[in-house]
Amino acid sequence: MSALPTHAGALEARGLEVRAGTSLALRGVSARFESGRLSAVIGPNGAGKSTLLRALLGLSRPASGEVRLLGRPLEGYRRAEHSRALAYLAQGESLPGNARVRDVVALGRGAGEWRWGLIPSRPWDGEDEAAVQGALERTDTARFAQRRLNELSGGEAQRVALARALAAQPRFLLLDEPTNHLDLAYSLGLLSLLRAQAAQGLGVVAVLHDLNLAAQADWLLLLCGGEALVSGPPEEVLTPEHLHAAYGVEVRVLRSEGRLVVLPQAPPTPM
Amino acid sequence: MKGLARALALFALLGSAVVFGVGFGSVPLSPGEVLTALWQGLSAQPLDQNAVIVWQVRLPRVALGLLVGAGLSVCGAAFQGVFRNPLADPYLLGAASGAALGATLAIVLEWARALIPAGAMAGALGAVALVLALGRQGRSFPPTRLILAGVVVGSVTSAASSALILRGEDRARLVLAYVLGDLGLSSWRDVLTVLPYVAVGCGGLLLLARALDTLQLGDLTARSLGVPVERLRLLVVLLASLATAGAVAYAGIIGFVGLVVPHMVRMAFGGPHRRLMSLSAVVGAALLVYADLLARITPLTQVGIVTTLLGGPFFLWLLRREES
Repeated sequence: MSALPTHAGALEARGLEVRAGTSLALRGVSARFESGRLSAVIGPNGAGKSTLLRALLGLSRPASGEVRLLGRPLEGYRRAEHSRALAYLAQGESLPGNARVRDVVALGRGAGEWRWGLIPSRPWDGEDEAAVQGALERTDTARFAQRRLNELSGGEAQRVALARALAAQPRFLLLDEPTNHLDLAYSLGLLSLLRAQAAQGLGVVAVLHDLNLAAQADWLLLLCGGEALVSGPPEEVLTPEHLHAAYGVEVRVLRSEGRLVVLPQAPPTPM
Repeated sequence: MKGLARALALFALLGSAVVFGVGFGSVPLSPGEVLTALWQGLSAQPLDQNAVIVWQVRLPRVALGLLVGAGLSVCGAAFQGVFRNPLADPYLLGAASGAALGATLAIVLEWARALIPAGAMAGALGAVALVLALGRQGRSFPPTRLILAGVVVGSVTSAASSALILRGEDRARLVLAYVLGDLGLSSWRDVLTVLPYVAVGCGGLLLLARALDTLQLGDLTARSLGVPVERLRLLVVLLASLATAGAVAYAGIIGFVGLVVPHMVRMAFGGPHRRLMSLSAVVGAALLVYADLLARITPLTQVGIVTTLLGGPFFLWLLRREES
């Protein structure tokens, strides 16, 4: 798995338009998220970031345009295949508080394996057990696998949610603001975890609010008003001009020890 | 070892409920006499006087109690899971008030006694169907809309029942006895009529246990894992309403069992829905028989009064314990 070449596949949006009520939440967004890369979707509130994620997952039907997974239209996949290939970590995923960590992670193995969508279509086997154990270890949650969710801190719970998503052994992992409510250490830890998964060939697409975290991604997509403003490596996307166009805030972009740092200037008027 | 101890404890709870439930009455029978009588029936020996009492009078009542207790508890667990709401119970979508209206109609219009359960069942299923129709939004059934529709249908049907009761004053006592929930007049025929509803409803719900587990991660996440959330929600409501309608048709509206038992099981054992629902069935069955026993021993007279009187404070205690 570690030797996957970068052209192994991509998750693509082509001219995606998604309706929200009477208006358009996405107005023709095209973007290409490669396997083996940590991509971040950034943009102001209401830019359509979560909508894009849901459309990429096939959870909402686009008004026009299409999503392509590994070169084929998403609609051509069987439901089982596509829910195994694409894992989703929702914003503030609700986790049943009194459930045990291992049981919750095991739910991820159910991806797509349903008869009539409702009854598990095959018995639990050794491969499932190994996948769950692997996901626990990769997220450093194995040591509290027997604890209950409500005994964990927010950061630990988020890693359990990540393990749940990884247990399906997906090709792409889509995360909606995974660092929300996490402190600095947990945010950085989560990001390096995602980076490690990407290095092993997983395509990671994360909606991020913190631009300084996003600066550490391999590739960025800046959304604004339902449109893709710009995409590319962080150096090309995180410029004062682009960020002013998207957020209406003056920023300076500094380079410190090889990293980009986005430093907002005080806004001229209070909000 | 822990699993074995738990199984033994549950078996003891269920077994003692049956023995005491059967043993108590105008002719008190010791546990030994109860077991002898049960054995006579099971091994097809000729029945002595005790065995006749046990098999023809006491056991149907206990059996109906077991069935109704199990059914309501499983449905409560399923409703709490599908609505992700700890306050949900099997009567959330109008099954109870619909059944009350149906039964009241049958009683006030002086239908044959045998038609009262049919009226109750039709009322229960009709009310749930109405709630589903009102709560529907396109092809989906948003939980909040369903719950609100349940409140509306519940209060309208209750008002209709009240109007009927006032018009047929002399029958009010009979209506009240039904509404409060009672196992007093049960026969084997009742047990066999309720059985398929509870068996199909609860059996179906047990098959959906893993989908319900997945739903606890949230609608979007469950959908991303391939679970058709709307279909699941509709199916759970239909199966649970079937079992609930069967239970309330013959036992009346026994409160708090479906709300409290799943919470007790969750606190004591935790775990996924398959375990939650199957253990709730055992615990609910045993507790309802014990509640019925209390109703017979004390002046509370009806099982529904006991469950409501004890269930309310007990639920409060559970909640306070959960908080600390």
